[in-house]
Amino acid sequence: MRTAAAFATPVTPASAAAPAPHARLEGVTRVYPARSGGDEVHALGPISFDLRQGEFFSVVGPSGCGKSTLLDVLSGLAKPTEGTVTFEGAPVDGKVPDGVGVVFQEDASFPWLSVEDNVAFGLRRAGTDAAETRRRVEFAIGFMGLRDFRRAYPSQLSGGMRQRVCIARTLVMQPRLILLDEPFGALDQQTRLLMGDELLRLWRETGATVMLITHALDEANLLSDRIGVMSARPGRFIEVVETGWDRERDSSLAERSEFGAVTSRLWSLLRGESLRAMGQGQAAEKRA
Amino acid sequence: MSLAGFLRTLLIVGAVAALEIACRTGAIKPTMVVAPSAMALGVVEALRDPEFWRHFGVSVQAVAIAMVIAVTGGFCIGFMLTRVPPLRRAVSPFLASYYSIPHIAFYPLLIVIFGLGRTPLIFLATMFAMVAMILATMAGLDRVPAVLAKTARVHRLGLVDEILRVRLPAAAPHILSGLKLAVAYSFIGVIAGEFIMSTEGIGHEIAYAYDNFNNQRMYALILIVLTLVTSFNMSVFAWERRMLKRRGL
Amino acid sequence: MTAAAPPRASISVRNARDPVLVCAAIVIGWQLLHELAGDVAITAPLPTLSHLLHMVGQARFLPHLGETAMAFGQALAISWIGGVVIGLLLGGHKLTGEVAEPVLVTLYSLPKVTLYPVILLLFGLGMQAKVAFGAFHGIIPVALFTLNAVRNVPAAQLRAGRAMRLSGVQQARHILLPAALPEVFAGLRLGFSLTLLGTMLGELFASQRGLGFLLMKAIDLHDVETILAIAVLISAFAVSANMALLAVDRRLRRGAAPAGHGA
Repeated sequence: MRTAAAFATPVTPASAAAPAPHARLEGVTRVYPARSGGDEVHALGPISFDLRQGEFFSVVGPSGCGKSTLLDVLSGLAKPTEGTVTFEGAPVDGKVPDGVGVVFQEDASFPWLSVEDNVAFGLRRAGTDAAETRRRVEFAIGFMGLRDFRRAYPSQLSGGMRQRVCIARTLVMQPRLILLDEPFGALDQQTRLLMGDELLRLWRETGATVMLITHALDEANLLSDRIGVMSARPGRFIEVVETGWDRERDSSLAERSEFGAVTSRLWSLLRGESLRAMGQGQAAEKRA
Repeated sequence: MSLAGFLRTLLIVGAVAALEIACRTGAIKPTMVVAPSAMALGVVEALRDPEFWRHFGVSVQAVAIAMVIAVTGGFCIGFMLTRVPPLRRAVSPFLASYYSIPHIAFYPLLIVIFGLGRTPLIFLATMFAMVAMILATMAGLDRVPAVLAKTARVHRLGLVDEILRVRLPAAAPHILSGLKLAVAYSFIGVIAGEFIMSTEGIGHEIAYAYDNFNNQRMYALILIVLTLVTSFNMSVFAWERRMLKRRGL
Repeated sequence: MTAAAPPRASISVRNARDPVLVCAAIVIGWQLLHELAGDVAITAPLPTLSHLLHMVGQARFLPHLGETAMAFGQALAISWIGGVVIGLLLGGHKLTGEVAEPVLVTLYSLPKVTLYPVILLLFGLGMQAKVAFGAFHGIIPVALFTLNAVRNVPAAQLRAGRAMRLSGVQQARHILLPAALPEVFAGLRLGFSLTLLGTMLGELFASQRGLGFLLMKAIDLHDVETILAIAVLISAFAVSANMALLAVDRRLRRGAAPAGHGA
């Protein structure tokens, strides 16, 4: 039986000095073409930054600042208007590269498949042999605590459980870079905290690089090695905050005084941007 | 059984019984409606009659051909239209008023063009049924959540896999209701055509029985057609229900 | 936020452009068919139109048109009024609605043409049978849509009404009616089309007057010009009425659905 460690790519401590970047964005912008009667929308950038091998990176920013666009561009779901994206040294050009997994905010479980079949979906499409598929699905289902629900359909599960199905479905593909777009956005606060701990465990045991998009500052703080704070649209990083937490951490971190300091720092950076974003929203409503 | 289901059964059984009594006592004349028991006898008689099976076969074959063309063609056209927005914009006003046109008005024209064979019937039924399928396919594909299509791309599926493994199953409930409509419309097209002008088929047999004051046979034939359609609809409905229930809808 | 509504002007231009394009395409296709098949099968668009105008001008045509219009008008009145009343009753009383709905759905999906001989036996040849058959086609969808409209009024809206201490009549007038109206109207639109279909079916089979009768006579005489002219007349009426109803439908939906919801 495989262990989580056997899944892993070599673990590089996030604090190590200047390791080769796992993914890199250089001068990336994304401009949406004008719709009938409107102006073109400059959603993102220019942004340049490196994701370090094996780190947990979070992105926070005011609503509508282009966080999801950033994820789309990095994963290859969308092409950047300008600039280049590279993953493990190879350019990403509007196609999702092998080794990248994405978990979305919306429920992306397939309602016509059982939990088991949902989790096995990617492996079956990729033509992985049956024994290997069974082994990996078994592991992912166990890892995400879905053993009792393997034959259930998503409609029989709560929102949190469905999101676990989606994470398990990503996990079986053994991604080396996992991108999460506000995966817990629709969940209640208690469930979020628990899911956060599980995400940390997944990150530690697989050794994958994780980029999490969230609007919850304490969630970003708790989970991350580094937090990129984005400006209002067009989104750029105004600062990247290093937390300096141990790799072995969980939600009990929230009791420490340094934790509060980081959250305050994030909020002081974001407050002005959030106000600006609200103004943009109101202006857009007036135009419409 | 639920209370509503019980009451419904009671209501239907009661209505049939009342009709039986009304016919037996002469309150309703057999020149208008024959008693349900007489209808049942007529059904048995018709089912024993090889002539009936010939006409029945002719009609069912026409319906089946029309249905297959309408369903496959409708799905392909519907799919194509969702892929080519300008084309869709151009034809959508036409599709929107398609079912407001009483197609049957064109049947005489089709007879003139194709002659009195099965072709005008099948053509009419296909045209009638296909657009329902096109509309259902488009409605279904439109409602496939964007996140599922994104998931397909994250799993690096090709176009065919994306259609077969993600879009089609996600759109299945809508497509199934299109299928139901296509069946009903194919039947309407064929039977209506056979009524108005045809030399064979179950619709023609019903009209023939009507013209010859053979009410028992007429009612029996009508009953057979309606039972056939209803049981087909029910089985599609059961399938649909199972699918929707599984999806929690 | 980024999907700001396009300005009004562009909408109306597009609304006008599309039907014109479709009409042009149909006329061109028609002309092509004519070139392919010849006068025996399909007369060209222009001669057909002039024949139609000629026919409408004739005194012996008008009684037939009047007969069809009369049959359709009565059938439509029955299906609209009857359907809404039935739908309101069934929607207002939960158990009755539950009992009746599957029956209505089954009736709705039956090929009702099959029952036309029965209608003829019950109502006799003539106007009554046509009206009955047209109304039979239209009344069920109107009732079904109304039933669902009433049933689907969000409970929160009704609760809000109660919280504002509205009386029963006020509740019906200011909450139930506006909330249910768009869906009821969608039913009326569908009922319109189906009533027309039913009436036409009634006229084609065993009738002595009306446009359907003229169509049947034209088959015997192999008079393609007349067949096409009448078919075009009916279609033009159907399509323009449907467009008008659709326009009203859109207006109602704009008022009822939250922004960005209506298609």
